[in-house]
Amino acid sequence: MSNVKSVLIVGVGGQGTLLASRLLGSAMMDLGYDVKVSEVHGMSQRGGSVETYVRYGDKVYSPVINQGEADIVLAFEQLEAARFLPFLKKGGVVVTNTQQIDPMPVVTGAAQYPQGLLEQIKAQGAGLLAIDALSLAEQAGSVKAVNVVLIGAMAKSLGSEKEIWLKTIEKTVPPKFVEMNKRAFELGYAAEE
Amino acid sequence: MKELLLGNEAVARGLYEAGVRVVSSYPGTPSTEITEAASAYDEIYCEWAPNEKVAMEVAAGASFGGARSFCGMKHVGLNVAADPLFTMSYIGVNGGVVIGVADDPGMHSSQNEQDSRNYAIAAKLPMVEPADSAECRDFTKLAYELSEQFDVPVLLRLSTRISHSRSIVELCERQAPALKPYEKNPAKNVMLPVFATKKHVVVEKRCDDLAAWAETCPLNRVEDNGSGVGVIAAGSVYQYAREALGDTVSYLKLGLIHPLPEKLIRDFAAKVKKLYVIEELDPIIETFCKKLGIAVIGKDVFPRCGEYSQSVVRRCVLGEEPEIMQVEAAIPGRPPVMCCGCPHRGVFYTLKKLGVYVSGDIGCYTLGATAPLSAMDTCVCMGASVSALHGFNKAIGADAEKKSVAVIGDSTFIHSGITGLIDIAYNKSNSVVIVLDNSITGMTGHQQNPTTGYTIKGDPTSAVNLEALCHAVGINRVRVCDPYNLQETEAVIREELAAEEPSVVIARRPCALLKYVKHNAPLTVKTDDCIGCKRCLSIGCPAISIHDKKAVIDYTQCVGCGVCEGLCPKKAITAQEAAK
Repeated sequence: MSNVKSVLIVGVGGQGTLLASRLLGSAMMDLGYDVKVSEVHGMSQRGGSVETYVRYGDKVYSPVINQGEADIVLAFEQLEAARFLPFLKKGGVVVTNTQQIDPMPVVTGAAQYPQGLLEQIKAQGAGLLAIDALSLAEQAGSVKAVNVVLIGAMAKSLGSEKEIWLKTIEKTVPPKFVEMNKRAFELGYAAEE
Repeated sequence: MKELLLGNEAVARGLYEAGVRVVSSYPGTPSTEITEAASAYDEIYCEWAPNEKVAMEVAAGASFGGARSFCGMKHVGLNVAADPLFTMSYIGVNGGVVIGVADDPGMHSSQNEQDSRNYAIAAKLPMVEPADSAECRDFTKLAYELSEQFDVPVLLRLSTRISHSRSIVELCERQAPALKPYEKNPAKNVMLPVFATKKHVVVEKRCDDLAAWAETCPLNRVEDNGSGVGVIAAGSVYQYAREALGDTVSYLKLGLIHPLPEKLIRDFAAKVKKLYVIEELDPIIETFCKKLGIAVIGKDVFPRCGEYSQSVVRRCVLGEEPEIMQVEAAIPGRPPVMCCGCPHRGVFYTLKKLGVYVSGDIGCYTLGATAPLSAMDTCVCMGASVSALHGFNKAIGADAEKKSVAVIGDSTFIHSGITGLIDIAYNKSNSVVIVLDNSITGMTGHQQNPTTGYTIKGDPTSAVNLEALCHAVGINRVRVCDPYNLQETEAVIREELAAEEPSVVIARRPCALLKYVKHNAPLTVKTDDCIGCKRCLSIGCPAISIHDKKAVIDYTQCVGCGVCEGLCPKKAITAQEAAK
């Protein structure tokens, strides 16, 4: 039986989902796994809903994750967590930022931002870890560290040790931001709902 | 050393390891990172060309000069470069030539879903297709061997999922072959009819030789799992099939997708009772099999449109649908939007206000077609905004000329808008062309271009002077405006629409995402003053929303561009004193 794990990272273009997927991919390669990461570039990056796939295990074939296949859905925004819930497999976990960003149809009044999404996700039987990553990122030193806070929360959910992640941050992030990102990771790792 | 490389980065690694000396490309999603990554190797001369045709001709010239060369583009870029492509097929190579072309099934960032394999068939060129990053590197290197062995440019076909997926690559050393000597040889290199007639015969013979080579070439492989069911697939689709069907079927995994190996396919088909051909887009392998009289299951069960995945394979082969969880609430869509501080916003707001016909083009600004700006009437291909506006105005006449504009970005204008502008000047249409000059090629992720004054490596170079260029082709009226200044922008566009001769308006303001662009402090709404009129929403800025009937500006997104400030009738939008 395949031991491949699938992590779906979703958010709003510009939130830093790409860096999150690269950190996860790089950390898993260093642990000796076969890894595939599928990224989103171009038009869809511009403030739209974005999805990035990370899959790792002994041997990974497809770089993409389809509905019903994700072990973890890591969402940078609540609405996106709800949108991509169909991708979660039974017994999977949604790790989400509680931040809400209005999409354009809500801004223009063509649609409403739905209420009670976290409760609805739970009601479907999905595991849920919801954290205020924006506040934690500010606490770490920058609102831009939301992605690394969430990676911290996901690392905990994956049951992985901190050390490999901190090393990966050192390797991947520009030197002047390393300390701030490490703080952000620790805050995410320690976060509980 | 192992690295987790994008397919595109792995192609660049292959170029480096194969000793390629010259790379010329035009950016296009999903192909762009090949050339960006190649430019990081000092051993490779790399450049952004003004368009794909120029890029391919540069690669041809480098090959004449004896170097291994490369050009990369997206699928629609190959349409632009099709002219040199077909004749380079006749000429062949001196130094090896590989042409990278990245298709975009599912149209993640494209205007159509064309299948580039048709070009391999039409131009009679071999085409290879890797299925992961390791193969991207390996096939690129092998393509140069193939190119020089058969005296032929080789097409390297990629797709979004291969180009933009990372997987592990074991790096090798660079092995740079010496520059091949240049020898004058008109019969090979000058395609006059007298020589081309003879070369066509050579091309047909080469097709036969390549077809024979395909039978045993290392790019194709059979994975015999002793099953009565067989699958023929290539590229990412092979991975989807492997994922969905595992070892329950046998595979013929094709790496050389043109020409196809007749005997290999016949032998594979003979071993199975049921044979699937799984291929995205056009039924090319399927048609080939059917011509051989081999019964295959293909587009009768698989879709002709869109991107495939393991779940498409499961559905079409096994009839399986996934079990899913879903929230009850209706989830509003989140389409892409212009970024906060995008200089295009002010132009499209103005065009909507003026109610003019907008002939659109390819770039970030194509988002001007989406709500709430909804200010674009047509968009065809790179450069078409300018020439199609001319045609529109010629069809309708003077009435249209006062109520229509073209919009085109700086990079797209150089790519192929300038030729349309020459047509406007030469053939006298009273058209208004707005060049959205944001000082970068934006959509593909910030590439330099001939107007920016920097090369791909960031070295200073000459910059096209857009005003002088427009004057030089015969446009007398060339105006410049700042699209952050709505009043100025509207006044200038109104004046040029009223003018009795063709004109160009350059809306100039650098992309807000450029590193050197300094942002102002975020703006905020004085809630007591806000009357909830929603005028500030009309520009479609993602930082502005309405909560409890009052406008709210998200300080994490706002870059203080000030475009919304001028729209507020109550002056309720102001700079935040202490920016976070």
